This record gives sequence, C-alpha cells and structure tokens, in this order.
Amino acid sequence: MLVRASPSALKEGRWYEYLIRFALGGAATVFAGWIATRFGPVVGGLFLAMPVIFCASATLIETHEVRRKREAGQRGERRGRQAAALDAAGAALGGVGLVFFAIVFAAAVERSPAAAFVYASAAWLFVSVAAWGLRHRLPSARHLVAKGRTVG
Amino acid sequence: MEYVARFLIGGFVVSAFALLGDLLRPKSFAGLFGAAPSVALATLGITVITHGALYAAQESRAMVFGAIALTAYSIVVCQLLMRVGICALKAAAFSFVVWLLVAFGLEVLAGAV
Repeated sequence: MLVRASPSALKEGRWYEYLIRFALGGAATVFAGWIATRFGPVVGGLFLAMPVIFCASATLIETHEVRRKREAGQRGERRGRQAAALDAAGAALGGVGLVFFAIVFAAAVERSPAAAFVYASAAWLFVSVAAWGLRHRLPSARHLVAKGRTVG
Repeated sequence: MEYVARFLIGGFVVSAFALLGDLLRPKSFAGLFGAAPSVALATLGITVITHGALYAAQESRAMVFGAIALTAYSIVVCQLLMRVGICALKAAAFSFVVWLLVAFGLEVLAGAV
C-alpha cells in the first residue's frame, strides 16, 4: 500500500480543532512535567507516553468522517468508527516504535543529549514504519484495511 | 515560567505531529503519529536542561512501560470501535483505565515503584 500526502485533508479541520490540539498538547506536556516534579522521574516517565493526543485525534477523525458522510446525505457513524479504528491500529504500531524511542534515548542521553534525540526519533520512525509495513502483509490486517479502504 | 515554556513547546510539537497525521494517507499509517513521541520530545528537552541527562535517562526508562501501555491501549480502543461499536470518545476514555493498569502494573512488576 502506497503512503501519500493528502493536503486537501487539512481543509476538513476547523480552526478551533487546531487550537484544541495545541492547548491539549501544551496541557499534556505541563501535566507530564508536574507529575515528574511531584512523584519523581520513575512515575513521571510513564506519562511521557500517555494517550491524550491519540484520544483527541481519533475523536476528530470520527467527527470529520461523520460530517463528510452527512454532507453526502448519509449516516456516517459506522464509517466514522472504522476510520477511528484504523487510526487506533496505526497508533498501536506507533506505540511499538515509542518503546524503542525510550530505550534508545535512555541508552544515549548521558553520552550526548543532542545525539540521543536524533537517534531516538530515528528509532521511533524506523520501527513504526517497519511494523506498519509488516502488519500490512498479515491477512488479519488486510481484512481491517479492506473494511476501512473507502475511509482511508 | 518553566510551565509556560512547557505549554508552548508541547503545544507546538504535538500540533506539528498531529498535522503530519492529518496530511498522510492511508489512515492506518497516519495513525502512527497518534503515538509519536511529541510529549516526550518536548518534556525530555526541558528535563535535560533543567535536571540533567541522568534524570532524563530515568524518565525515559520509565517511559518504556508507558509506551507498552500505549500499545495495549490502542489495541483495546481499536477492538472496542470495531466489535462493540461505541463512539471514539467513549472508547478512548474507557481504555484510559487499561493504559493506567498496564503502565503502573509493569512498573510494579519491574519493582520500579
């Protein structure tokens, strides 16, 4: 399956949705910092991978899909759920990449913090994309993708 | 002042990854960006400056458990949406309990807390 950019998708978003994401991202970062200050790095570290952003994204994807179907005179609830489920399936694979991000960062940060960010980000990207590529070769994944092909 | 910087940097990094997710197709690929290290990049950057590399390393070691929990969370959300048929907000909110249980459960099992 070919990965492509779809600039027209950005037109579906409303200005306040981008504002909500910005505020949510800022709040999540403040919250993660506060947890680490209050309970220490061992608890605070967990919240670096909390699913707040995913929650907002999945909800927006469902809303956009339902809106698009309603504009076409159809009920879009089921299609909206399928679109959000596809997003969740992708996030699960991104989560695997995030595990490697954390491992690589922990191993490299004491030697060179700047290099740690580069290596860890590269590890996230590589593992996530590789996991996505592998997943799409599995029959069960093809079933899910076939269900959501018209929404993706 | 530190919290204002955290808010602005976090908001910017999260928005940048979210925009990438909006832009890319298919949706399952775009979903990868729902688990991008956006909060981690913003937080660890500030942590390295304010608390040093050792503290950041401790945080990122704990983050491994959070990331495993995020994977479990995403799988549960996907299953709830496809099999139970509840809306995305309810599925995401309900599954947050799974994230908390897996993340703290792994920390307890590892003897980290």
